This record gives sequence, structure tokens and C-alpha cells, in this order.
Amino acid sequence: MNSRFRKEGLAGLLFASPWAVGFLVFLAYPLVASIYFSFCDYSVLKPPVWIGLDNYAELVHDDLFWTALKNTLLYAILAVPTGLATSLILAMLLNAKVKGMPIYRTIFFVPSLVPQVSLAVLWLWLLNGEHGVLNAVLAKVGIHGPNWLSDPAWSKPAMILMSVWGVGNAVLIYLAGLQDVPQQLVEAADLDGASGWQKTRHVTIPMISPVILFNGIMGLIGTLQVFAEPYVMFPGGTPARSTYFYTMYLFDNAFRYQKMGYASAMGWILFVLVLALTMVSLRLSEKHVHYGS
Amino acid sequence: MDRNAFLIPALGLAVALGVGASERLTADPPPDRKVHVVYWEKWSGFEFDAMKRVVDAFNASQSRIQVDVLSVSGIQDKTLMAIAGGVPPDIAGLSGAMIPQFADANALAPLGEMARENGIREDQYVPSFWDPGVIRGTLYSLPSVPATIALHYNRELFREAGLNPDKPPRTTQELDTMADRLTKRKDGRILVSGFLPTEPGWWNWMWCPFFGGRLWDGKGKITINEPASVRGFAWAQDFARRYGANAISTQRGGFGNFSSPQNGFMAKGIAMEVQGVWMYNFIHQYAPKLEWSAVPFPHPADRPDLADPTVSDEDVLTIPRGAKHAREAFEFIRYVQSQKGMEMLCLGQKKQSPLRKVSPEFWRTHPNPYIRLFDRLGYSKNAFATPKLGIWQEYSDEINAAFDSIMLMQKTPQQAMDDVAARMQPKLDTYLRRLRQRGGA
Repeated sequence: MNSRFRKEGLAGLLFASPWAVGFLVFLAYPLVASIYFSFCDYSVLKPPVWIGLDNYAELVHDDLFWTALKNTLLYAILAVPTGLATSLILAMLLNAKVKGMPIYRTIFFVPSLVPQVSLAVLWLWLLNGEHGVLNAVLAKVGIHGPNWLSDPAWSKPAMILMSVWGVGNAVLIYLAGLQDVPQQLVEAADLDGASGWQKTRHVTIPMISPVILFNGIMGLIGTLQVFAEPYVMFPGGTPARSTYFYTMYLFDNAFRYQKMGYASAMGWILFVLVLALTMVSLRLSEKHVHYGS
Repeated sequence: MDRNAFLIPALGLAVALGVGASERLTADPPPDRKVHVVYWEKWSGFEFDAMKRVVDAFNASQSRIQVDVLSVSGIQDKTLMAIAGGVPPDIAGLSGAMIPQFADANALAPLGEMARENGIREDQYVPSFWDPGVIRGTLYSLPSVPATIALHYNRELFREAGLNPDKPPRTTQELDTMADRLTKRKDGRILVSGFLPTEPGWWNWMWCPFFGGRLWDGKGKITINEPASVRGFAWAQDFARRYGANAISTQRGGFGNFSSPQNGFMAKGIAMEVQGVWMYNFIHQYAPKLEWSAVPFPHPADRPDLADPTVSDEDVLTIPRGAKHAREAFEFIRYVQSQKGMEMLCLGQKKQSPLRKVSPEFWRTHPNPYIRLFDRLGYSKNAFATPKLGIWQEYSDEINAAFDSIMLMQKTPQQAMDDVAARMQPKLDTYLRRLRQRGGA
């Protein structure tokens, strides 16, 4: 029995080994190594030299680090609630019992399948201050649209507007949550004479609150790591670094300035930040999230 | 009858055929007893084709070495990672501005000895195009294709504005006056810009040396905030003041990609623009009917000593450290450095040669009508290359961001450059200190 167990165990490990080796080589090792590199002067081409906390100390005094962090947090603060609200409203509309609903759902989901770089190029034209579609539409209703891409005051709102494009995934998760809202509670509310808004406010939203929390946390992590779209649309964080996000500075340090140690330190600070914000979100939501049985 | 009796052998045969075919398709070519030199080059399109012709000519000229050239995007990152991984190409075609960073990182093989053995000497080259390859006395790269820049202007727009297209600006003051006359506005919007210091925006740092300033002192001090260095940026900001930062941004936003018919200069949205020797190729392709000329960029009226300013830019050939066939790689580099190889390459890309000796045939067949101007600018005492600083990428990013804030009227030029100096000086100090500690300086 013991021998058979061992044999099966070995076979199991053997079958799992492609994943295990991949995980150890491509994820676990780089993860652990980056902690070490964050305490080193490391240009990739020369052996790392231990410099203790120098990278972290330099980051504290690095104005651009704070600019990038501020830009990213501001973007997250505005983009996460906007995305949450938009996707929730869309999900509720797409949950209605209307003929041809699968087609509508598909239409709203399709944009989230567009590759990020293609999306960025597409939005460069939509948001173009001179010939863009958005400003052309605004002009029809008598509004003189701003320079979305080249005015520092409008570049972040442009990014937020763009982020709404990709709410399809969140809508899908909300839809699954909405399907799970117990019908007997809705019917009970109906019998009590509750209005549509009252049912939404007191039945639907509490019942899908874990889904809202999940989407909120995933949205937060996503926005704090935003990279591809601004990197393509606003090279160098133009105009005047108003769109220079945390991951862009991290990438520049790692691959353009060859400061892999500095970039590793930035990576770990971002990890701690995301972890802390997630913990805070979970803690703050304790009283507002209802996990139904 | 059991169907499996046929199905299983048939499936087995199909799999065997598939495996056999794939092995045949992916197998290495039969050994040709040649040394295969792997060459990564950043170019694509017609520029790559020009180099491919040189590679083919080299391969045909002898039977010992085969150069396999590959067009590689993002060549800087990929070459660095390949060197770090111990599998670099034998030749990497980099941009000249990257050489100090690569040399400081110990990523390139020194070429001095092989150059001497092969009779390649500094006096054979236009000075602007030899010097960028020499870092602290060691030769790390040799030029492939050089370039200089000049003021391109639209003759038709000059005539429409009542200006004589045969009398382009010679001083920056004349350029200001002409730019004002060439600029057309309607309802607060700019239809045509006479000149924009932000176009194309590839060498924002040049306004410092073009007006007599310097980016650093060559030893360890950032000098971009000295009065002489700030002067050029103040001149640039005057355009934003005169035409409106927002109006300029709006018009620029309407320009298409550089390599397209909607390019600001080719679409007649801008009358005068600083561009390089390559501009001819794009005008020829996208706006063949454009009436244009090129002249040296004007100098400040009070500084005739700054006449004929230009940015000297070049692509280079390097041998990454750890390359398996360094000697054979240099054989090819030597071929490119010969007058025949170089003229084949530079004529193919329609640029000037970095060599002093140029054949009459090269001048005669070169399609760019201003090729002699670009060549002459390479000899100018005011030909400025990017500084030999390992942290140049970071420094130039800072200058670009500061220039943005100047042109958006967010900061005065002095404030913006003080901020750049305050930020870059400690970085340069740290960089040089660490370089000394590692024995690199």
C-alpha cells in the first residue's frame, strides 16, 4: 500500500512538474530575486552590488516617484468608482427580461476583448482635439471640446473616460451576481409595496455586495497597475507628466535607465501599497457586505 | 470487420508523417562550413533593405563568413537582455546616443585593436561621426549611417506670405519675423504655423547648445540652468506666448504620424521645420509635389560664431560583449566601413557618408538635392551630438518634460531648467560615484 502510494505520488508530481518547474523558474525565483535586487545597485549587465536601503531612501526623495504615485492614486480614486457605477448600471439594464438580450450583452462585452494597444490607438483618434470624434459630437451640441490629449487638465479625465470602455468583464461578473439574488426576497418586497429603487437599494445591492467588493478590489489593483494605454498614448507621460503613472516610471527605470534595483524597490512598494489598500477595503466593507447563505 | 484495425494504423501514419514533415521544416540547414555571424539591426522597410543589399554583397564577396541579418524591434532592450543572458548577437546595430550607456554597463567589446589591425583610422571619418563611438578613450562603435539636421521650409507658403523663398532666415530674429508672417490664424485657431520649436520635438535639448549653452561641463556638473543654456528655451517659449500654448497644442494634435501624408510639414500645416537628411525620402513618398528647400538652422544675430548649428546623429555597428564570432563580425564591419560598402548603404538610405572620402558617383547619383548641405554640416564646429553620459536617457526625459512645461507656460525657462538641474545633479553624482567604485570611470 505504502509503495503504491509512493508510486502514485511520484507519478502525480511528475505530471504536475511542467507547471511546478515553470512556477519555480518563471515566478517564484524572479519574485524572491527582486526582493534581493531591490537592495542592490543592479544594471542587469553587471553583478548586483549590495547597497542596503539606498534605493528606498532615494525613492523617498525622488520627486518623480511622488508625481507618478500621485497621478496613479488620483486616477484610481476617479476611475474605480466610475467603472463600478457604470458596470453596475449596465449590468442591471442587461439583466432585464427583454427579447434579444444575449445580443445586447455580447455588444457590451466585445469592447473588453480589444487588445490594449489597439484600444490606445483607437482612442488617440477618438480623443484628438482637432479631428476627434468626441469633440465633433460635442460640437454638435454647441460645446467646444478640450484638447484631451495635450492639455494637462484634461489628459487624466481622458484616461478615465477611456477606462469605462473596458467594463465588460465587471458587467459579466455583476450579471452572474444579479442572477443569484433570491427571487423570494424581491417578491416579498413587491408584496410590501416597495418601489423599484427601494428594491434595488435594499434587496439587490445588499445581496450583490460581495460582488461589488470583488469588482472594486480588482478594479483598484488594475488601475494601480495601469500601463499599456498611457504608455502608447502619452509617451513620457505627456503633457508635462500629467499622465506619467507609477508603472511607467518603474518600466523606464528597469529597461530604459538600466536601474533594475531601483525598479525592483518600486515594484515592492507597489505590492505593499496594493496589499494595504486591499486590506483597508476589506476592513471598511465588513459592515456593508452581506454574505448570504 | 473491426474499424480500429484500419483507424489506428492510419492515425499512427498521420502522426508519423506530421512529425517527419515538421522535423524537416524546422531542421537546421545543412552545414555549409561557413562561420555564421548573427547581426541584429533596428531598421525595417527600405532602410533595412539597403543594409540587406550590403550584407548580400559581403556574403558574395568571400566564402568563409555568412552574415545573417535580422530586423529587430526594441533593439536596445533585447540586446541588453541577450547580453545579460549570455547569448548576444555577433553584431548589434544601435543608435549612437546609446553607446555611453552600453559602454558604462560593460556591454560592448572594445573595437580599437581590431580597427588598427584593419587600417581603420579616425582621420578617415567626418569628426562628428567618429567621436560618438569613443568613450573615455576607447572605441566601442563604428558608424553605419549618419545624419545631420537643417531647417526645411515650404517655398509655396513663403510666396503666399509675400516672402522671397530664395532668402530664407539667416538669424533667429529673422526666423521670428518670417514665422509671424507665415502664421495664418482664424477664430483663435492656427491654420498654418510659421515655425514651431516643438516640431518634431525629437531634439528639445538642442535649443541649449544652438544658443550657446551646454548641457554639462564634461566632468560632473549639470549646466543646463546657466543663463546661456536657458536662452534657447526662452526663445522657444516666446512662440507659445505669441501664438498661445493652447492654440499650438490644438494644431499639433491635428498633425498625423510623421511617416504619413498628414505629417505637419508635408500637409502644409507648418511652413518651416527642423528635420534631418532623411526628410527627403518621406517628402518624395508622401508629398512629391511639395516645393521645399533646406538651409542651415539660423543662429542668434549677436552670435555669428554659432552659425551652421546642427545635431549630428548616427546609427552605429557594435560587437556585444560575449559575441561568439567577434573577429568575423569585425570582418563585416570593416566591409561596411570601406568606401564601396559605405556608399552602397548610405545611398540606399539616401543619407550622407560618414567618411571624408566620397566618390563623385555618390554625389552624382544621390537623389537628395541638399545632400551636400547635410554633408557640410557634419564638418561644422557647431555640430552637436548627444552628450556622452551614461544617464543621458534619463536626462533627456527630464529635459523633454521641462520643455513641455515651458511650452505650456507652466514654468519660466529658468524655473524649469533649475528643476532639471536640481533633479539630475544628485543622479549624476551617484552615477559617477558608482561608476568609479566599479572601476568604470
